[in-house]
Amino acid sequence: MGPRNKPGDDDYWIADMLTPDEAEALLLSLKVSLVAVSCALPFALAAALLLARRRFPGKSLIDGALHLPLVLPPVVIGYLLLVALGTRAPLGGWLAEHGIRFVFSWTGAALASGLITFPFQLRAIRLALEAIDTGLGEAAETLGAGAFDRFLNLTLPLALPGIVAGAITAFAASLGEFGAIITFVSNIPGETRTLPLAIYSAIQSPGGEAEAARLCLMSVALALIGITLAELADRRTRSAIGR
Amino acid sequence: MIEIAIRHPFKGFTLDAAFGIARAGVTALFGPSGSGKTTLVNAVAGILRPREGRIVVDGRVLLDTETGTFVPARLRRTGTVFQDARLFPHMSVANNLRFGWRRSPTPAGEDAFARILDILGLETLLDRRPAKLSGGEKSRVALGRALLASPSLLLLDEPLAALDAARKAEILPYLERLRGLLPMIYVTHSLDEVARLADDIVVLDAGKVAAQGRVFDVLPDLDVAGSPGAIFPATVKAQREDGLTMLAFDGGELVVARLDRPIGHALRVRLRADDILLALEEPRAISANNVLPALVTKMTPQGARATVQLACGSTKLVARITQSSAERLKLAPGTALFAIVKSVTVDLP
Repeated sequence: MGPRNKPGDDDYWIADMLTPDEAEALLLSLKVSLVAVSCALPFALAAALLLARRRFPGKSLIDGALHLPLVLPPVVIGYLLLVALGTRAPLGGWLAEHGIRFVFSWTGAALASGLITFPFQLRAIRLALEAIDTGLGEAAETLGAGAFDRFLNLTLPLALPGIVAGAITAFAASLGEFGAIITFVSNIPGETRTLPLAIYSAIQSPGGEAEAARLCLMSVALALIGITLAELADRRTRSAIGR
Repeated sequence: MIEIAIRHPFKGFTLDAAFGIARAGVTALFGPSGSGKTTLVNAVAGILRPREGRIVVDGRVLLDTETGTFVPARLRRTGTVFQDARLFPHMSVANNLRFGWRRSPTPAGEDAFARILDILGLETLLDRRPAKLSGGEKSRVALGRALLASPSLLLLDEPLAALDAARKAEILPYLERLRGLLPMIYVTHSLDEVARLADDIVVLDAGKVAAQGRVFDVLPDLDVAGSPGAIFPATVKAQREDGLTMLAFDGGELVVARLDRPIGHALRVRLRADDILLALEEPRAISANNVLPALVTKMTPQGARATVQLACGSTKLVARITQSSAERLKLAPGTALFAIVKSVTVDLP
């Protein structure tokens, strides 16, 4: 990184208020959360469709299982992931042979975050799907629309506010994930040390109070931005679909 | 030619109805709430799969449970207008209208498209969202959307039930203009709508067909409270100098308030059962303009009142009098008498 800009310079930017380590933690957090939320979204959508539209035996069991990450301590999730995906576990070993490694890698952090924030997405999308009048689908059917056509042109646009709201909530929650990440992929600077882990490390090291305070402020700012964006996106999509 | 036969368990009884529709026109599916009308229409549309049944439209088998034939709703080409319009809220009126049109195997051409917009008065609504439409406008858009999918049969499931009287009056003329374009099955529990729109009627009661036939034949026989009485076709015969209009019908002539229609114009006349007085001798000094000779065909006592079915030429009429009057006049099938018409309602198409 080159010489840092000083306050008052033209290209003084937020990142210049942080040390390189802090900036790294911030960017890593954003990357991990973005990947976590976007990878979990298709699964959340599929699960929400299943739960909102279908009846099948064992539905409440599956419903409960999908909401487990909400109530289990994140450390437990992290530990279970470690047990399942560690290089010596059968599944983890098989994945490692194919060049996919989650432990001690930022992808593992994303996996843990995606799993823990999955219920937020599932719940928001499911509520949005359930709010859609089933009569609209029948009308579309009598007008010649098949199942995929109806999903693409009716269900998806009508559920969009819920999908967006769920994704933003999950993103915000994912930025704060600590227990599962530190348990599963440890606290490696530049690889798995996201914002909360950096705050934790700063507090642990002597004289790190100022850094911890800066990072905490950064977290608060991110949370506020997230809430504002969610509100904006919700209003935008709602007006776009005429509600 | 449309054949419909359905058996399906329904709210404590079995819907068991079979009927045919021979030609383009409006067939009213009439009955009280919970008589199975909507179930029947949903089965025709393909939204509901009945336990047993056979549906054939213009030689195409849409459903035959014996052979296991079930054409899915999206391939049936039965345009459906639902009571609650069911417009897509995230699309403009124009895109709602194009939804079925785009997916139709034989989409209406530009001219036909413009004509339907014109018939339904939709041009000014195209850019609007459904949320910004009035109830009547929503109904018109739903009608247009169904029609533009070029269906071979139009199903209307109480399209006016959610509207107030003023909105109904606004939509009825549009529906009248669509008559004759294609066969329509019109579900309703309003005899008023039947009288105004229907050519044929199928009366459903607790899942069974209680009566069916031409509306002119069935309506006067219909044993329901608030029966509209008789309805029959007539043509404008002459415009009289005294400002009245003379109508001709099969059974005689009627003089009515001036109608601004050319001679030969076909229309519908309604005679309410309570608006007919009966006299055994031809009354002479009387204020009523219309006195029609008729024969009693059937007497139906209903408590203190009696319903008298009459034949006036080949036109069926119905009068409601008190039971004591019926006894005093010794009315019985075959009695010749005079029907004094107090007022006439004319439906102008």
